[in-house]
Amino acid sequence: MLWEALTLQLGYNATLVAIGATLLGVSAGVTGTFLFLRKRALVSDAISHATLPGVCLAFMVLVALGGDGRNLIGLLAGSAISAWVGLLCMNWLTSRTRLAEDAAIGAVLSVFFGFGVVLLTVIQTMGVGRQAGLEGFLLGSTAGMLWADALVIAIGGAATLVLVMIIRRPMTMVAFDPEYAAARGLPVHRIDLAMMGLVMAVTVVGLKIVGLILIVALLIIPPVTARFWTERSDRVVVLAGLAGGLAGYLGAGISASAPNLPTGPIIVLVSFGFFALSLLFAPVRGVLAAILSHLRFQRRVHIRQGLLALAQGQQIYEPLTIRLLRRTGLVRADGVATEEGRARAAKALRDEKRWEIVRADQAHEATAALYDGLRDIETVLTRDQIAEIDRRIGGPQEVTP
Amino acid sequence: MSGEEFVPLSLTPLLIGTFAAIACALPGNFLVLRKQALIGDAISHVVLPGIVVAFLLTGAISTWPMMLGAAGAAVVAVVMIEAIRRLGQIEPGAAMGVVFTTMFAGGVLLLEQTDTSTVHLDVEHALYGNLESLIWLDATDWSSLLDLQALAGLPPELPRIALTLTGVLLFTWLFWRPLKISTFDEGFARTIGIRTGALGMALVLIAAIAAVAAFDAVGSIIVIAMFICPPAAARMMTNRLEVQIVWSVLFATLSAVSGYVLAGYGPLWLGAADAVSAAGMIATISGLILALTAAFGPCRTRSGAPSQA
Repeated sequence: MLWEALTLQLGYNATLVAIGATLLGVSAGVTGTFLFLRKRALVSDAISHATLPGVCLAFMVLVALGGDGRNLIGLLAGSAISAWVGLLCMNWLTSRTRLAEDAAIGAVLSVFFGFGVVLLTVIQTMGVGRQAGLEGFLLGSTAGMLWADALVIAIGGAATLVLVMIIRRPMTMVAFDPEYAAARGLPVHRIDLAMMGLVMAVTVVGLKIVGLILIVALLIIPPVTARFWTERSDRVVVLAGLAGGLAGYLGAGISASAPNLPTGPIIVLVSFGFFALSLLFAPVRGVLAAILSHLRFQRRVHIRQGLLALAQGQQIYEPLTIRLLRRTGLVRADGVATEEGRARAAKALRDEKRWEIVRADQAHEATAALYDGLRDIETVLTRDQIAEIDRRIGGPQEVTP
Repeated sequence: MSGEEFVPLSLTPLLIGTFAAIACALPGNFLVLRKQALIGDAISHVVLPGIVVAFLLTGAISTWPMMLGAAGAAVVAVVMIEAIRRLGQIEPGAAMGVVFTTMFAGGVLLLEQTDTSTVHLDVEHALYGNLESLIWLDATDWSSLLDLQALAGLPPELPRIALTLTGVLLFTWLFWRPLKISTFDEGFARTIGIRTGALGMALVLIAAIAAVAAFDAVGSIIVIAMFICPPAAARMMTNRLEVQIVWSVLFATLSAVSGYVLAGYGPLWLGAADAVSAAGMIATISGLILALTAAFGPCRTRSGAPSQA
């Protein structure tokens, strides 16, 4: 069943949903990256909640004009307008009052949502009786997705992607260093607004699939996931788009494969799955990689200290040090240094002496700053410099077992 | 309005709304000052899965398991946010966004999977609250307040929120000095021996308890308005924390009472037949108060900074 859903063989409607969710995931991931790099991830939360009153007002206007109120484009236009108003309120609160950004976000999201709930109850009493399409906007409802809806989502998603591609450079610059961008003459404020506008567009387009509360997840989780895998911003953008698209595709597939699996939450959970895997297993930034590199570091410290102890004829008591030395074949089971162990110990002690000279010498100040007790001296000094130091400390000394 | 109508239908929702608003506003003052306002946001989103899980475990709509479930979910969320922030070196806002959206999604999924909507625990109720339905059917008029038999029929939400409010008041009163010092100067607080980490955690926990208690009255998302708007509005009125607290309580009461009254009677005055959502109206009013203070409050700008950006 899942396989059929993923290969788009579960019927026309499921296919539409899968394609729509994938497109949405890609554009949300890509757009969300800039928000994340700008450290404003939660602004999307305010934007998404602020769409509710607009959806309701648009519905009421459409009904008043004699329609059935479920015209998707009308509802989306309404949600875009109210999200924009919310965004302006937030901007005004942060720039003109003493409120910090987080309080402004929280105030806007809850007040707009509250007002939307009031309007929802008004609609319930309007006696139109067909507000089912509206309830879906809260948590996403894809079951009734039509060709026209899919088209709106596809066009909206593609348009945001194109816009992101066009203004990605200034957006990246503003995200990393707004002061520098301003000094370069970029209109930081307008670029920020453009970024917010794109986020708003994705939010509005995503309402139909994942709902207004969960669209935030698609804007935040894929960029955070992508950040684990690379240090370069352009790759974060691409990877976030991939992660979002894949989450949308898999999520839609899973939700179509069994009853009672609502699309929005499933997409979010799949997205979180990618995040959790990245958090644990990403190279360099992942938890596993961090643990491994810590262990490697610990090993090097212990072996180094062990070698120095051997060279100075001291007894080693630290069990981990003994185990490590034995495992690498530097000491025998009875604790006596092997041939190789003696050689390495002599080298370690000699390096330590060389470092001592380097650190005492004003001329080597920059080099001395690199000393951490582990770094091989060959990596920071030329052979000639080392020879010069060796002349001062005399020839190598034999380590006696 | 007469006692026969007011006491059974409006008194308890009014009291519950007001108590909830004050219980949220008090910790909200510190959260807003500490730039942790969105902790309230995160908590109110994760309350949903906590309640669903508690319901699934006990199989019944009973108060204490649900409160425990919600508080447990809040603690899980805070721990997860902290873990992700540290392990992944991710900025707190994004870590928070990852955690609360995921937990919220999990809650919705559980609801749909188990078809709990047949019992009165449905998504809409969880989001909007049902303040209007917390009525006191056993009451006849004002004299019921002295009638033990009628008092036994009070909606259980009322004593619960009253207890929570007492707890919040007690916490604020007991820890007033350390809270105040650590909010404004964490480094100084640490040097005079205040355990700022534990205190911050306690504050979050108190906020979680207030959110959970307010949750079934006003719904999860509108709780955020109660946390943020009255304290934020109060902050525009004064530079002194003591005065700010008083203002925030005042604003919380004002928005709860006028929100409830407007929701119940406003549409009637306008000629419509039915009431609108009281919780939504309370949030709207608190937003209006915030807008007014942000536009005209005496201390609305950052001190020292130019008023024109």
